[in-house]
Amino acid sequence: MSLNYDQAVEKYEPTLGLEVHVELNTKSKMFCSCSTEFGGAPNTQTCPVCLGLPGALPVVNGKAIESTILIGLALNCSIAPFSRFARKNYFYPDMPKNFQTSQYDEPICVNGYLDVEIETDEGVKPFRVEIERVHMEEDTGKSLHVGGATGRIHGADYSLLDYNRAGIPLVEIVTKIVGGTDKYAPQVARAYVTELRDILRSLGVSDVKMEQGSMRCDVNLSLAPIGSGELGTRSETKNVNSLRSVERAVIGEVVRQSNRLQDGERIVQETRHFQEESGQTRSGRSKEQAEDYRYFPEPDLVPVVPDSAWIEELRATLPEKPSTRRARLQAEWSVPDKEMTSLVNAGLLDVVEETITIGADPTRARSWWLGEVSRLANEREVDPTSLITPAQVAEVISLIASGELTDKLARQVVEGVIAGEGTPADVISKRGLKVVSDDGALMTAIEAAIASQPDTAERVRGGNIPAAGALIGAVMKATGGQADAAKVRELLLKHLGQL
Amino acid sequence: MAAISRDDVAHLAKLARIEMNDSELDHLAQEMDVILGAVARVQEVASADVPPTSHPIPVNNVVREDVVRPSLTPQEALSGAPAQSEDRFKVPQILGEE
Repeated sequence: MSLNYDQAVEKYEPTLGLEVHVELNTKSKMFCSCSTEFGGAPNTQTCPVCLGLPGALPVVNGKAIESTILIGLALNCSIAPFSRFARKNYFYPDMPKNFQTSQYDEPICVNGYLDVEIETDEGVKPFRVEIERVHMEEDTGKSLHVGGATGRIHGADYSLLDYNRAGIPLVEIVTKIVGGTDKYAPQVARAYVTELRDILRSLGVSDVKMEQGSMRCDVNLSLAPIGSGELGTRSETKNVNSLRSVERAVIGEVVRQSNRLQDGERIVQETRHFQEESGQTRSGRSKEQAEDYRYFPEPDLVPVVPDSAWIEELRATLPEKPSTRRARLQAEWSVPDKEMTSLVNAGLLDVVEETITIGADPTRARSWWLGEVSRLANEREVDPTSLITPAQVAEVISLIASGELTDKLARQVVEGVIAGEGTPADVISKRGLKVVSDDGALMTAIEAAIASQPDTAERVRGGNIPAAGALIGAVMKATGGQADAAKVRELLLKHLGQL
Repeated sequence: MAAISRDDVAHLAKLARIEMNDSELDHLAQEMDVILGAVARVQEVASADVPPTSHPIPVNNVVREDVVRPSLTPQEALSGAPAQSEDRFKVPQILGEE
């Protein structure tokens, strides 16, 4: 009989380890001046350094060191007074140098922690994830495997390499062994990666887009019988590219490993690949055959010895912690938990805050960004923040507040702005979107509506107020939606002697 | 006692993707053992107050500004490649069937 997740965690204790890779958003690469721009034509962003041509000499990007120190400080790490780069040697064509420049035994940041909160059966509880190290390295090139049955690397006829990505600054953040999570291992893993993403975003050092690969997570997981005090053999699951997948990968591995252990089989220490569709992992290469990387100090780069005054300067620039900021804004705006989560997950906190700072009502600001703007962004498959500015949203909201626009007209204005018709004022004048507030014009439309629906008008006169809806609808239609429905209702009811 | 065995050399050759026949392995195992022995003599004079060094010149913190400079054209980048296709470097099969 196979164990499900709940049964598995009754018998086995999970232990986690998380490795997160983040591409920094520097303009140029880690060791050369090639552009890091995403999406360029193949091999248009390479040079002798990132192609590993003989005699080329790397020089470190100072901004990348600064960003890495900021990350270390935000994660409560010690910044090493002396750190070095090392060569990680392997023969695989994603690095044309036949090694990746990384850090080995002398990483730049060590011994930090990150506090997260998880929902447990007993309510929200804090959990501290300890950080082992934060080190600098470089990203690899992109491979395209051609031919073969599966389209994967296995059995491909040949592979094509684009080195535009090779050498983009990469920071690896490694946790210590995370024990004591009990059955909450999946939630801890997800909460950690989420909080880490938010911190990196607040530091402005990376795009942190998991789906586009600028942030990637490897999940190490092992199981041991509860109470045994042992540490089981771990698997390392790669290719986990969304927050939800982090959680699913942990669940998948707990279930898979517990069933193997249950059947008396041993866990093989290996790399596994996460399958987005099924939530399962698939075996990759086994670690027993893994390469021997033969690390040694990189002779072409000099040590990094950050000045302590500079470190303190950087520490002073650290932004408010995302968790602190979220709690503060939620209280200021009085937002329900669930809506706050939606705002955070949609990455809309910054723009909503800006919209409110300009003067918009908090409730309206949230509902415009989460509602109409997000809807239009989803249709176009783009980020909502790329469509319209907080100032424009605030302007539309203020026009609604002053009665110059109805919600319906405002939606047309927003649509026009997004369609590139200019500022809200431009769209209003070009499309002629003004609320008909002239009582005379409205009364003409009201009288016309009454004349065309005399029976309905009679029912309203007799006290059937809900029946007025049909008349209001007719007036709104006649004015092309440019009347304020509340105003129409008021005038109509007054006219029919009901106010 | 040899510091490096024939098996070690065979393993290193495999990692470095260098094909070696039996007599080359025998020969190199002996030769590398002599080299390692010579280098090991340095340890006899290195005292605890001499930190290991990875760089001959005591210089730290050489960095560049984060400024983009022109890259090679794809044609230039690929000019030394043994094989290419679709503006990419073409390499032989990396892994066989599972």
